[in-house]
Amino acid sequence: MGDLQLTLKVWRQRSSSDKGKFETYDVSGLNSHMSFLEMMDVLNEQLVGKDIEPIAFDHDCREGICGMCSMVINGRAHGPLKGTTTCQLHMRHFKNEDTITIEPWRAKAFPVVKDLVVDRSSFDRIIQSGGYVSVNTGSAPDGNAIPIPKEVAEEAFDAAACIGCGACVATCKNASASLFVSAKVSQLALLPQGQPERKERVNKMVSKMDEEGFGHCTNTGACQAECPKEISIEYIRKMNLDYNLSNLKG
Amino acid sequence: MNNYLTSTIFRKVLASLSGLFLVTFLVGHLVGNLQLFIPGVQGQTQFNKYALFMTTNPVVQALSIITYSAILLHIFITLFLVIQSRRARPVGYAVSNGNDSSGWSSRNMAILGTVLLFFLVIHLKSFWYKMHFGEMPYQYLSDGTKIKDLYQVTTSAFQNPFYTFFYVFCMGALSLHLKHGVESAIQTVGLRIPSYEKLFKYAAIAVAFSIPAIFASIPVYLYFTNI
Repeated sequence: MGDLQLTLKVWRQRSSSDKGKFETYDVSGLNSHMSFLEMMDVLNEQLVGKDIEPIAFDHDCREGICGMCSMVINGRAHGPLKGTTTCQLHMRHFKNEDTITIEPWRAKAFPVVKDLVVDRSSFDRIIQSGGYVSVNTGSAPDGNAIPIPKEVAEEAFDAAACIGCGACVATCKNASASLFVSAKVSQLALLPQGQPERKERVNKMVSKMDEEGFGHCTNTGACQAECPKEISIEYIRKMNLDYNLSNLKG
Repeated sequence: MNNYLTSTIFRKVLASLSGLFLVTFLVGHLVGNLQLFIPGVQGQTQFNKYALFMTTNPVVQALSIITYSAILLHIFITLFLVIQSRRARPVGYAVSNGNDSSGWSSRNMAILGTVLLFFLVIHLKSFWYKMHFGEMPYQYLSDGTKIKDLYQVTTSAFQNPFYTFFYVFCMGALSLHLKHGVESAIQTVGLRIPSYEKLFKYAAIAVAFSIPAIFASIPVYLYFTNI
């Protein structure tokens, strides 16, 4: 286990209008079993003891499924580990006396609210624009009432694994939301229930994505490399094709 | 329909299609250039007759207008997209570890493209501008007619080691630009279906390596045979 001591360079910003700057903190009394967020809790406790305002950061379930935690850790969204959210990143992946730089997601569409907390409601607005099936679904249907091939169901489920954390936007050099939007489009476009509104959905969601000020996709593949749910850019290809065909066919 | 024509995806499609069209132009241009490997008067005559054909044939003229338009479209649409993506991240990161998640060429297409634009301006000035508007030497054919001697202009240009090196360097930039560009274009237009992913990947690498390598071999050959 062993004691762990770290130097943290953390982005501090009072409010969305504040310019913000990095502050350096030494934090001790850590151990390698702690998660990254628990490490932040220890730091905040120590800051409160010194009468310094604790660092604001987003977190909720701490089980890697809610998509609330964020943080760019040493230049990597959700830190250096593949397929992992910040809350599931443990301190054993860092060495004693490491210096760690922690920044918020950076994108025009994700304005900083305070310190490491960003406003991701642009994602909500994209979903509101069409990421749903607008019929009363009633109670759960019988299993296999609508036959769906296993591969298709798997593919739709893989898209539905998106937790909407925004790591794709944070890591993309263009701050593009294509991976998120394509996952949300595909999870419905692949299934029979999503067909009636398929064209309308992709048009509305892509328009909203552009309107919110996200960048374009240059297919670097950085999003799929950093996505904690390892969502494939294959969904972006599907979304592009769907979007183009639905407009070209009229 | 709706905002299709102003959407980022449509603009990306334009960049992709113009880019892919320019790859076919490169292949045509390369095949023509291969005639520079033919030695002596035979090569000179053939290349100069080819140059005359390429500057006078109406079909080629029409194709060249399409090519210039594709180049301009590719430049302006990508410039527009680059500006848009800069705006999408007004505050950058203090630490970035790009190589951990993506390839260098995929993140530096704009820089590579700018190098290629710089190359294109110099390249057009050296050969295209000179052929059309500059003072050209003439080759006198056996039947008594004279034609512009682009062969001599080309071979003498590549006796300069710096000019030759610059050409080869720019072909390196072209290679990196194509390496990401071809695969990315296929993905953007939606054709990179998973079962053919490997095929497209290797095809892109083959295109990205072979076209610039064969282009670069010509000035290197001309430099060393005329040294």
